[in-house]
Amino acid sequence: MSKQADVQTATNIKRPKRKSQAKEIWRRMKKNRIAMVGLAIISIILLCTILADVIVSYDYSLEQNMDLRYAAPSGDHWFGCDNYGRDIFARVIHGTRNSLIMGIGAVVVGILLGGFFGSITGYFGGKLDTVIMRIMDVFNTIPFMLLALAIASALGPSLTNVLIALMISMVPYYTRVIRASILNVVGQDFIEAGKACGTPTRFIILKHVLPNAIGPVIVHATMSVGTMILSASAMSFLGMGIQPPAPEWGSMLNEGKDYMLYAPHLVIFPGLAIVLTALSVNLMGDGLRDALDPRLKD
Amino acid sequence: MEPLIRTVDLKKYFRVYGGMLHAVDGVDVVINQGQTLGVVGESGCGKSTLGRLVLRLLEPTGGQIFFEGKDIMAYDRKDMKQVRQQMQIIFQDPFSSLNPRMPVFDLIAEPLVMNRIYKTKAELTTKIYELMEMVGLADRYINTFPHEMDGGRRQRVGVARALALNPKFIVCDEPVSALDVSIQAQILNLLMDLQDELDLTYMFITHDLSVVKHISDEIGVMYLGQCVERANSKELFANPLHPYTKALLSAIPVPRLRKDVRHQIIRGELSDPIEPEPGCRFANRCDFCQEGCTGTNIPLKDQGNGHWVSCTLYQ
Repeated sequence: MSKQADVQTATNIKRPKRKSQAKEIWRRMKKNRIAMVGLAIISIILLCTILADVIVSYDYSLEQNMDLRYAAPSGDHWFGCDNYGRDIFARVIHGTRNSLIMGIGAVVVGILLGGFFGSITGYFGGKLDTVIMRIMDVFNTIPFMLLALAIASALGPSLTNVLIALMISMVPYYTRVIRASILNVVGQDFIEAGKACGTPTRFIILKHVLPNAIGPVIVHATMSVGTMILSASAMSFLGMGIQPPAPEWGSMLNEGKDYMLYAPHLVIFPGLAIVLTALSVNLMGDGLRDALDPRLKD
Repeated sequence: MEPLIRTVDLKKYFRVYGGMLHAVDGVDVVINQGQTLGVVGESGCGKSTLGRLVLRLLEPTGGQIFFEGKDIMAYDRKDMKQVRQQMQIIFQDPFSSLNPRMPVFDLIAEPLVMNRIYKTKAELTTKIYELMEMVGLADRYINTFPHEMDGGRRQRVGVARALALNPKFIVCDEPVSALDVSIQAQILNLLMDLQDELDLTYMFITHDLSVVKHISDEIGVMYLGQCVERANSKELFANPLHPYTKALLSAIPVPRLRKDVRHQIIRGELSDPIEPEPGCRFANRCDFCQEGCTGTNIPLKDQGNGHWVSCTLYQ
């Protein structure tokens, strides 16, 4: 008991400084070389988005030059020219913004909404779970592309509408993934311990359930970024998304595929851009999942 | 004197495929301030469910729970939050009962922060050091994560968390059965020391009879959701009455060189807890089963000396 008294009399006791969570996560992330490569590529791509107009003007990406149709890569036109004689390098750079917004935007919003529905269905269960999940099942019966197309055509063609269509089509999928992941966590005793000491439900979900359920979700999310870019481009191809001549990787691929055999650079460069983006997001996501989990330290 | 915890005809039925599963079926628990009630029984007999019912972590199907004489079944959420500060739980599995993403500080601080006990960070930190000291955790563990500690230390964190709000009553749900024997002893001694120091009341759930003998003042034996025998700890071990209790006690391994020790073996399986027939639920495995054991429920009957048993042999 005397030791206790000592502790009480000593005022201003401080908890020894712990490295901040963010720093710890960054430290663990840095150890993962592959994830850092992913992060580097993603940073370059993001930089291209921001500095697109500095690198090359937007008008240049639309400028047609019939003499240079299908021109092969050269010193003047690094990535060559497409079937209208437009500079592919400029189009790839300016396409970054549209493609990234669609790819990452759809996934992020899909996760937020799916996370909301997934947590309430997974955590509370019961009738609410049944009702929400059956509604999601109805959405799931419609093939992803068809659903997105239906929504986009109902809303009319534009970048925003394609984004909305993709988000809505992603929600049922993420709801299911997140619900499954949460069901795994809810059975554990620390949830009950939280209830027993009077932690409000919203804190239990935010502090105990979600951080422990996030791992598989990150993996799913990073894997679907590439898919989303391709779906968005497929919709552009069908005339639902970004309208030509605005540059977008997917629509460039679609336009170029007819000339693939004798002018392969028309598809190689936008294709590479998509692959690089998807790959780097995947690599970074894998590393992030590991870095977020203190159990996998060092 | 009014007991700290008293339940009357506590029931919990789960709706399952095929009917109602009677997990806890009319159990009366009485625990006096500063005492320990041991609850023993085999797997699936409703011990853990009973523990959670008493804390109202599970909503009972029927019956009443009195905490310090007040019926907490009538309480709403706000009142319950107040009462929850007085009653806590220690879990069986220290691997699953601590959030793997929180360091020790946050784990112990959770009940204090969520109930807004302290206004300043310094007060909170002082209290946490005090709690760690109390349960025998060195200061240096304050920033460690659960996976970096061994089972015993983890369980100490669980104990510290349960003690954080200065509760009067703690349900210990098999707190040592996931630990090594040497660490079991440490944790049991810790729990008993804390009981003396803080005048705690325990409901100690276990399937390990040697543990329960060590720590309990009174013991309740459960079989398939019902309490079949209840007595003072010494009395129960010296003079078990119910055939099930006798069989349980004879199953305690005793180091003896002679080989002719006879164990009373319980044959057969637990009968189905879904919509059970009235009557003794142990009847189909009992060697002393006689007429009158089935058909009607057999109430607990006082055999004197605070020894209650529900068996037709002693009516």
